[in-house]
Amino acid sequence: MPLLRFLGLRIASSLFALLIITIIVFLLSHLSGNPVDALLPDDATQEQVDTFIRDWGLDEPLWQQYLTFLKNALQGDFGTSLKWPGQDAMGFVLDRMPATLQLGGLAILISVVIALPLGVAAAVYKGTLIDSGAQTFALLGQSMPNFWLGIILIWVFSVWLGWFPTSGMGTLSHAVLPAIAIAWFQISALARLTRSAMLEVLDAEYIKLARVKGVSETKVVWKHALRNAAVVPLTYFGILAASILTGSVVIETVFSWPGMGWVAIEAIRGRDFPVVQAVIIAYAVIYMLSNLVVDLLYVIIDPRVRHG
Amino acid sequence: MGETTVNPFAKPSLWRRARELPLVPITVLLIVFIIPAFFADFIAPHDPYTPNLRSRLQPPVFFGGTWEFALGTDRLGRDILSRILHGAWYVLAVSMIGIAVGVVVGTTLGLVAGYVRGWFDGLVMRLVDISLALPAMLLALALAAALGASFLSVVIVVGFALWAYFARQVRAEVLLLRNSDFVARSMVAGASHTRILFRHILPNVTNTIVVLATLQVGIAIMLDASLSFLGIGIPRPTPTWGLLVSDGRDFIATDWWISFFPGLAILLTVLSANMLGDWLRDKLDPRQRQI
Amino acid sequence: MTDAPLLEVKDLKVEISTKAGSFFPVNGHNFTVNAGETLGIVGESGSGKSMTAMSLVRLLPKHAAHIRSGSIKLNGRDLLTLSDKEMRRVRGSEIAMILQDPQTSLNPAFTVGDQISEALSLHTTGPRRTLRDRAIDALRKVKVAAPEHRVDAYPSELSGGMRQRVVGAIAISCQPKIIIADEPTTSLDVTVQAQYLKLLRELQEDTGMAILFITHDFGIVANLCHRIVVMYFGRIVESGPVDKIFASPAHPYTEALIAAVPKLHGQQGRLRTIEGLPPSPTEQITGCPFAPRCEHADARCFAELPPTVDADSDGDHAASCWRVVDR
Repeated sequence: MPLLRFLGLRIASSLFALLIITIIVFLLSHLSGNPVDALLPDDATQEQVDTFIRDWGLDEPLWQQYLTFLKNALQGDFGTSLKWPGQDAMGFVLDRMPATLQLGGLAILISVVIALPLGVAAAVYKGTLIDSGAQTFALLGQSMPNFWLGIILIWVFSVWLGWFPTSGMGTLSHAVLPAIAIAWFQISALARLTRSAMLEVLDAEYIKLARVKGVSETKVVWKHALRNAAVVPLTYFGILAASILTGSVVIETVFSWPGMGWVAIEAIRGRDFPVVQAVIIAYAVIYMLSNLVVDLLYVIIDPRVRHG
Repeated sequence: MGETTVNPFAKPSLWRRARELPLVPITVLLIVFIIPAFFADFIAPHDPYTPNLRSRLQPPVFFGGTWEFALGTDRLGRDILSRILHGAWYVLAVSMIGIAVGVVVGTTLGLVAGYVRGWFDGLVMRLVDISLALPAMLLALALAAALGASFLSVVIVVGFALWAYFARQVRAEVLLLRNSDFVARSMVAGASHTRILFRHILPNVTNTIVVLATLQVGIAIMLDASLSFLGIGIPRPTPTWGLLVSDGRDFIATDWWISFFPGLAILLTVLSANMLGDWLRDKLDPRQRQI
Repeated sequence: MTDAPLLEVKDLKVEISTKAGSFFPVNGHNFTVNAGETLGIVGESGSGKSMTAMSLVRLLPKHAAHIRSGSIKLNGRDLLTLSDKEMRRVRGSEIAMILQDPQTSLNPAFTVGDQISEALSLHTTGPRRTLRDRAIDALRKVKVAAPEHRVDAYPSELSGGMRQRVVGAIAISCQPKIIIADEPTTSLDVTVQAQYLKLLRELQEDTGMAILFITHDFGIVANLCHRIVVMYFGRIVESGPVDKIFASPAHPYTEALIAAVPKLHGQQGRLRTIEGLPPSPTEQITGCPFAPRCEHADARCFAELPPTVDADSDGDHAASCWRVVDR
């Protein structure tokens, strides 16, 4: 069955990429000098140092060290955090994962809900003010630094208008501004893609036939045309996941949203290698999984892909 | 009556071609980005580094301030305008060098992969896929943690983010070109592979490279800005624009100008670069035009 | 049949305005179609045939073309006076259409059955659960093998001929009074073409529906149509029963078209072609548009547009040519 084979290949490809990342991450602590200094707190006793060297195989050749690292990683063991004493590195990161996922999910929702109708409207009303307005908006959206937007949003909507809290996590209204800040860039890109895909589809013969059948224009646009045009923005979703991931690191910092991104930056500042390693791997896994989901959706939506 | 015939092959005069240029984005780029980058020392009214605690937190000129500090000052009394002007150079340098790295690495690999085919091509394509699959931010975090943030680390991150696009595009063009007649003729004439690659194939992919590079300028600047905002870009005291925005973050409620104007500079620069890139792409390769 | 015609088109004009000027791809059409008969519209590409078809269902590209004048009466009701909503109800139920390219006429994202069912649910009443069965019925009527299975197929899984049958199934599913077929066989293989034409003929005999068949192929016309109308540069230059026109074409253009068809029997000799090209759409023409390419043209032909007159005393064969006027 070609579908299973296709998925199998994609999974294998993702795992391979993940492997590369583990190599890079592994080399991190070695690049900055003595890994012992990097991974243990300064006040560790000689006994703790020796145990550590044994557990992580630091007296062995490099490739063997990597294998040990990999073995530990697969078990979720990335050592103990330096900056947040006593916390298991990966555990600490995983505790913060839901926060990031929530924000990312909300951002995706907002972008789709706004971008799709915007792109469709721009295509259907091509050449009018709606179209040029949408295109201008898209151009601006892709040129605006998201952290700056975040700060401006705080300034206008939290400080001035007082509609939303300025930072932190708690209720839904805490999540609105950061989600918008992340979504902004995606809305532009998605809207542009949707517009050009719709324009192409609306020109097709089968759209003409649908109208000839007596289908109402609304249905022609939203059922017949969009179904075929939606494939294009969907393929963008893979990149979408990357931008949202990147965006979340920045935006979580702006809004002090306690997610993985915030942890990552704080860990880097505090030179907390175990946590840095853990968070990079965690991000990478999320990223690979979301790409797989996109590929799956792609196959479901476009029957032509299924039949090769 | 004598009729002057028009030469259909004459290229329009320089003046005529100049009028076709998109003046607005070019002007904005010059004012906000390029001129400050090279002449900040001459046009900046103040020293961007020295604190001046007596004039701290001055508002911009139309909001209660003076012309001495036209865009206001930050918490250490440093003139925002001067800092922005001086930062332009670093933004320009890091993005241009980063793009250059991406171009050189990507183009070389793409050229060779497309020309030689075989296992090397396969390897390069795998690398391209993996590289495209990894968000630049992850690498940025890793590098910052391992080596500490520096000018070099930002350049590496930008180069890494961009090289794969060049490699893929150049390789596709080379695949098309290597089968064309003028290449075959060169081979028959006994030209070496290197010569063919560099004298014949490369000039034909230059168009693609230029268009792609221009479109990447915005991405490079944004990436640098994001990294410096997070504190993992070019380190202090360099007034790179992302850092300036970050400086004002805690003061947004009371002293909004500290973050606002540097961010505006980024916006204007990226916007103009994108507009210029779109124009260039439409001009050089209408096939790629986005409807 | 001596009852009122099913479709009566009077003085139909469609205008396209461009920066280079406006022109009329449909320039004063007058024709009728009776129930149970097939009318062929014949002409070269660019003669305005497809525009005519689209204007009958009022689906001209909104920003470019407008129906300037005339009337389109279906069973006495002028379609041009209907509201958008009413017109939508007419489309697909009273008038159905088959388009040219089977590769692109069907929506690739939906099954064949879904697309037929949609037409059914729009125009017919009946419980939803019977939709699939009725779709299978429609497929059966167009002689699709194993319709119970094919109904779940996607268009990409079917051959060109099969797809065109599906388009036919969608067209007949709501029992239209007239089907407009716009070059339905042009993209098909020759053998498949013959089968398709046979299918159309059988469907017509079974249901008594009328067919408006648009083509550039005079060979097909002889096969399928009862009456034909010949178009040139947006005007109808000749109309009449098929046998009469083949036996004694009145207009030089018709004559030339018939002569250009390769014949199976008799002396072949060199294939005759028509010299020259049709005028470009925005050209302003005085007189007969065919004059530059006509062997018999004289000064009057270039100066004045000939009126449409009867070519014989039976009243069913007319042409627009000065030579016919003089007879």
